[in-house]
Amino acid sequence: MLAVLALLQQVGFADLLVFVVAGATVLAGALGVVLSRNPVHAALSLVVTLFGVAILFVSEQAQFLAVVQVIVYAGAIVVLFLFVIMLLGVDKSEAIEAEPLTAQRPVAILLGLLLLAELGLLAGVHFGHIADPALQPGINAVDTHQQNVAQLAQVIFTRYLFPFEATSVLLVIAVVGAVVLARRPDSVGRAEHEMEEVST
Amino acid sequence: MTAFAAALATAVPDHAQTVSSGPYLVLAALVFTIGAVGLLVRRNVLVMFMCVELMLNAVNLSFVTFARQLGDVNGQAAVFFVLVVAAAEVVVGLGIIVAIFRRRRGATADDLHILHG
Repeated sequence: MLAVLALLQQVGFADLLVFVVAGATVLAGALGVVLSRNPVHAALSLVVTLFGVAILFVSEQAQFLAVVQVIVYAGAIVVLFLFVIMLLGVDKSEAIEAEPLTAQRPVAILLGLLLLAELGLLAGVHFGHIADPALQPGINAVDTHQQNVAQLAQVIFTRYLFPFEATSVLLVIAVVGAVVLARRPDSVGRAEHEMEEVST
Repeated sequence: MTAFAAALATAVPDHAQTVSSGPYLVLAALVFTIGAVGLLVRRNVLVMFMCVELMLNAVNLSFVTFARQLGDVNGQAAVFFVLVVAAAEVVVGLGIIVAIFRRRRGATADDLHILHG
């Protein structure tokens, strides 16, 4: 509570409100993904989280990424998830109480708490050295008069041009892989049979 | 799309005093932990996949936070590439899951201990 009040004095009320609402949305969605029994509900909770992250992107001056986040993640990836869930007919509830491995859940939660402590420690160290010259705007700082899209485009199409082209190759490979995986084995046999018929 | 992003940019003035990086990093750590625990706890392969997406989003959030703090757009470029790789990963992963489900119904992670067909 005191931390929230201290934060309120530093920043404007609107910014804090945006952060708190979007952060609560993100956390609620994340918990929904993990805790909901029905995979469809988990996918919809994932959409909630992704929208919250997009709002946080906007409040951190990453407008292009916020738009891409909504289009690619919420528009494509989650729809793909829902398609697969409904295609496979696994949208029935999972027996979440069943525990095939003994003590898997306590150990997982323990490991999670350990991870959280570790990350919190790192964030705390980062807090402590906020005046560290390595964490100040440095030589890579860009001209802030430019728009976010222009800044990002300049970096991606100059410095990261080769990785950018490599991602296009990656996407082509992924598409080819998905098509190969989606082919039924019997249809492969039939296609070969048809090819033999055509050749004879 | 570019015009929309530019409109968003003008809606948020640059000189506004915003929430500092710390709370964003803490939030990213929480989401990452929730995703990791979910990946360990859940048995449904699809939900495990969604937990991986959660972890990727947490990392993206911290990338963008550091990019803002350093005034450096390279972090946002990294997020751009993470988005592309995540999309490719989901396509191939869901293809594999569909192929597995076609062989055996109701596969959870426990049933997937054989790699051959």
